[in-house]
Amino acid sequence: MKAEEFELPPPSRVNYLNATYGLKSWLLTKDHKRIALLYLGSITFFFFIGGLYALMIRLELLTPQGDFLQSTTYNKVFTQHGIIMIFFFLIPSIPATLGNFLVPMMIGAKDLAFPRINLLSWYIYLIGGVITIYALLAGGVDTGWTFYTPFSTTFSNSYVVATGLGIFINGFSSILTGLNFIVTIHTMRAPGMTWFRMPLFLWSIYATSLVMILGTPVIAITILLLAFERVSRVGIFDPALGGDPILFQHLFWFYSHPAVYIMVLPSMGVVSELIANFSRKNIFGYRFVAFSSLAIAVFGFLVWGHHLFVTSQSVYAGMIFSFLSFAVAIPSAIKVFNWTATLYKSSISYDTPMLYALGFIGLFTVGGMTGLFLAALALDVHLSDTYFVVAHFHYIMVGGALMGYLGGLHYWWPKITGRMYPEGWGRFSALVIFVGFNLTFLPQFVAGFLGMPRRYHAYPPEFQVFNVLSSAGASILGLGMLIPAIYFVWSMRYGKVAESNPWHLPGLEWRTQSPPITENFDVTPVVTWEAYEFAPPEETEIIGKFGSELEQPA
Amino acid sequence: MQSWIPLVPDSASTLSWKVDAIYFYLSGITLFFTLLISGILIFFVIRYRRRSPYEIPRPIAGSHKLETLWTVIPFLISMTIFGWASSVYFQQYHPPDNAVEVYVVGKQWMWKIQHSTGQREINELHVPVGRKIKLIMTTEDVIHDFFVPAFRMKADVVPGKYTTQWFEATKTGTFHLFCAEYCGMNHSGMIGSVIVMEPREFDNWLSGNINSASPAAAGQQLYQTLGCVSCHGANGEGGRGPTLAGLVGRKTPLVGGQEVVADEAYIRESILNPQAKLVEGFGPIMPTFQGQVSEDQLLQLLAFIKSLPGGSSQPQGTASPAASGSAAPRPVASPAQPNRPAAGQ
Amino acid sequence: MIQSHATAEEIHGHPALQHHFENMEQQREAGTLGMWVFLVTEIMFFGGMFLAYTLYRSTYPQAFASASNHLDITLGTLNTGVLILSSLTMALAVYFTQVGKRQPQILCLVLTLILGLTFLGVKAFEYYDKYESALIPGHLIPSHPFDPHVHHEGDPPNPHAIELLPGATLRQVELFYWIYFAMTGMHALHMIIGAGLLTFLLIYSLKGRFDPEYHSPVEIIGLYWHFVDIVWIFLFPLLYLLGRHFGHGG
Repeated sequence: MKAEEFELPPPSRVNYLNATYGLKSWLLTKDHKRIALLYLGSITFFFFIGGLYALMIRLELLTPQGDFLQSTTYNKVFTQHGIIMIFFFLIPSIPATLGNFLVPMMIGAKDLAFPRINLLSWYIYLIGGVITIYALLAGGVDTGWTFYTPFSTTFSNSYVVATGLGIFINGFSSILTGLNFIVTIHTMRAPGMTWFRMPLFLWSIYATSLVMILGTPVIAITILLLAFERVSRVGIFDPALGGDPILFQHLFWFYSHPAVYIMVLPSMGVVSELIANFSRKNIFGYRFVAFSSLAIAVFGFLVWGHHLFVTSQSVYAGMIFSFLSFAVAIPSAIKVFNWTATLYKSSISYDTPMLYALGFIGLFTVGGMTGLFLAALALDVHLSDTYFVVAHFHYIMVGGALMGYLGGLHYWWPKITGRMYPEGWGRFSALVIFVGFNLTFLPQFVAGFLGMPRRYHAYPPEFQVFNVLSSAGASILGLGMLIPAIYFVWSMRYGKVAESNPWHLPGLEWRTQSPPITENFDVTPVVTWEAYEFAPPEETEIIGKFGSELEQPA
Repeated sequence: MQSWIPLVPDSASTLSWKVDAIYFYLSGITLFFTLLISGILIFFVIRYRRRSPYEIPRPIAGSHKLETLWTVIPFLISMTIFGWASSVYFQQYHPPDNAVEVYVVGKQWMWKIQHSTGQREINELHVPVGRKIKLIMTTEDVIHDFFVPAFRMKADVVPGKYTTQWFEATKTGTFHLFCAEYCGMNHSGMIGSVIVMEPREFDNWLSGNINSASPAAAGQQLYQTLGCVSCHGANGEGGRGPTLAGLVGRKTPLVGGQEVVADEAYIRESILNPQAKLVEGFGPIMPTFQGQVSEDQLLQLLAFIKSLPGGSSQPQGTASPAASGSAAPRPVASPAQPNRPAAGQ
Repeated sequence: MIQSHATAEEIHGHPALQHHFENMEQQREAGTLGMWVFLVTEIMFFGGMFLAYTLYRSTYPQAFASASNHLDITLGTLNTGVLILSSLTMALAVYFTQVGKRQPQILCLVLTLILGLTFLGVKAFEYYDKYESALIPGHLIPSHPFDPHVHHEGDPPNPHAIELLPGATLRQVELFYWIYFAMTGMHALHMIIGAGLLTFLLIYSLKGRFDPEYHSPVEIIGLYWHFVDIVWIFLFPLLYLLGRHFGHGG
């Protein structure tokens, strides 16, 4: 067993968690691992606030009449669910927690390139979050997370400027995180860690960072212009001045469509890790998978117009955006096929992280394929702004991004905390979440095709059956989410003490103690192996008649 | 579909089945790939489960041939969807020439509809079966969206713009009309119905509902009271201002050498901001009517201009500027412009 | 081999080397790349406004020309010259740091700072002039809404009155000024941040922190300064120059 031949450092009682004590040692830390934990705590807080809003939505929609909440309240609830979940949970989720923890460890560095900027980004996130929470408590915001003008600039009587400010500030946290990752991956790789030896998680984090630095500034300026327009009561989106409210939608989606890739690309990276490591097999077509991440990041910037098929955009522009949207689906399809092919003749374990990875592939396939429905022009005319869209993006964001996040969290939990989570409970909750998720969102596809518009506080009674199913699923999903929250906290104190390499894996992050020391490695490692090298490369097998070229290991 | 729970929406326009066909084609593809992927996954997961904690499978080489295969095939399949869906999209947004026009104005939170024969409706649209209907739509406040699921049609209404869509109902009945773009407090109350009737019933309905002038007639009234008549002539024959008869769809030369095909948006712009595109041979003498006419009234003026006996493609600007001596036209204040609520904080 | 090992030891001793970098070279590379990446985000940030500008300029050429003609081209040109000069002094400051000449380095930094502040002063004067002419769009200043005089034929010349070309409306002129203030305001904010960074450099230079081995902060802030200058090089023709010929019978 190759994995057991690794020279592991002698067990040491000193690690990054107990190296220093006191609140100050955490709040002023420059250690990427501690910052990752600070992020973990804060995004979990926001996740449960967002989840609470989700339950309120599902409770309201149990009956066709608007009986549980008033319409103004309901509008605020779905708006805030979107804002919190997207800007304060999904976008920072994997990059800021797992990415922060693992990027330096996976490339054999002591820290990110700019530790102080890393800490700063957490404080910026916190300030943005506090301002947003203030806006929510002071009265909330009811524009939808999309902030469409002129409703948001002129007609809404809610806390648009304060919320916008919170999102604007939070954007800088995202930019700084992306900047830090890009520079770190370029300049801090350990000797021998070439680009094509990097774990695929790093490729996807790199692609994500590109989207973060290129897209986030655009939403920042857009939100800023919107806020000023509200204050000055005129502006560039104002039809009264000859401005174009559709310009806002173009600028907004120029960021917000790529933002979907900020959420799902890191998750794909995690799944690549899980599929390879829990089947003890190198990823089939490593380079294809690596480059498909970059392709998604690049193409992702060219498809924003598919959110505007029914907004009086020219039909020719519609065609171009539709074509590009189909094109961006291809790299995602490649990933799914390559993951599946990786499992061929492998050795698959049924540990919790693997269950999440398998669930991800299934749900992401459904989410991706239903995306084609919305890229198809004529069909999008019928489906846009209905529950079909809601179901589709939840399959990507929850079925995709969240499943990957939970899978990754279980997988690296022993490295992060030095303790194992309870395996039985882990598998059970993965199953509950999977079932609850599908029950929540599958019926919404049908409701959407039947014509139920989104953001409806009350709806015609014929849609009730789908909403009841959905609400039932949501309660299961909600309970399923509570289980990991409880046992993760429990395991930090009572979990089985983890070995340095509990899964017996070759990756760099497993070649140091759990939890790692502050500097990650005692000496800077020298990398002489390929990614996912479980067995010597000489033993490489070629599938059937097709594998004429050896792609890797080289 | 007489199942217990409907899985397909009511289908009531000539375009419905075309959209549905794409839907079923895509559903088939989705089902096929989802079952294929999950089938293979489940098979592999069982077949290649870890049998001993120490087993290490042989590494595997990638295969450019296989990868090219599963890049090209999905691409080709997606192109069939793309081509098909785009061609139907063109039909959806290209209204036929012989369609009957109906004017729609969205407003928080109601749909105001006026037929070309004058009948006004709120949150209801009566149409005859088997006739092509073209909707010319705009909004008084925020963006809304006119969505009729049974017709598979949907288009935003955008402040400051006209959008159009069309349909031809194929069966009688009452169908949902939804606002599909979030528009504030009572968004989910901005609903109504489209009532499709037999042509004879529809004619009865029409004759029983004449309580207001047709938009063209109302437009003519406005044309007089706003003073347009003094420069553009009683029948739009022109004068100090350019000819309006037969304007729609005509190529019009502009000051500065450019040309514009006069459409609804151009006429709207020329009423609200006459200086923006001056017709060759005319001076910037027309006052702006921004804030003087409501969206409803604009649509009525538009209907009137369209109703003028036209087609006479007499050259622009040749009409002699008859010095009528009448006072310069002064726009009449109209209270119709909605007050913009102050953006509260 | 032995020699390079010795150098590594020596470099390790440099007081400015942060613990997580292997050597000064790696640290400098990371810093420079970081600034380049940051400048890419800045381009995207300004890009949103450039897009809005392009869209409306092409939609309302007359109004934009009318409004643009009202801007003070002399002050705009003066400021362009000031910024180009400041880029030169900044580049010299970087050079003198790299070769380790402290006196000229400090002199160049001071000059850059003075030129930067001059730019801001001229800009503030221009803003005040717009305030006098009631050209601040909307209710940005609540007691002083957008309400400029419009020059009509036969009126006595009034420097505050705006001359509308045929086809232009005051509302569209307001749109231009909205974009003008958004773009130049955001640029001025970057200048203010730049002046702050220069002050920090100056203090560190006076303390003698930089040497030929460790000069990356000067270099990195220099990059930023040049970038802010380049933004102005785009803003000046777009806002001040384009469309001038409309008003002068060109």
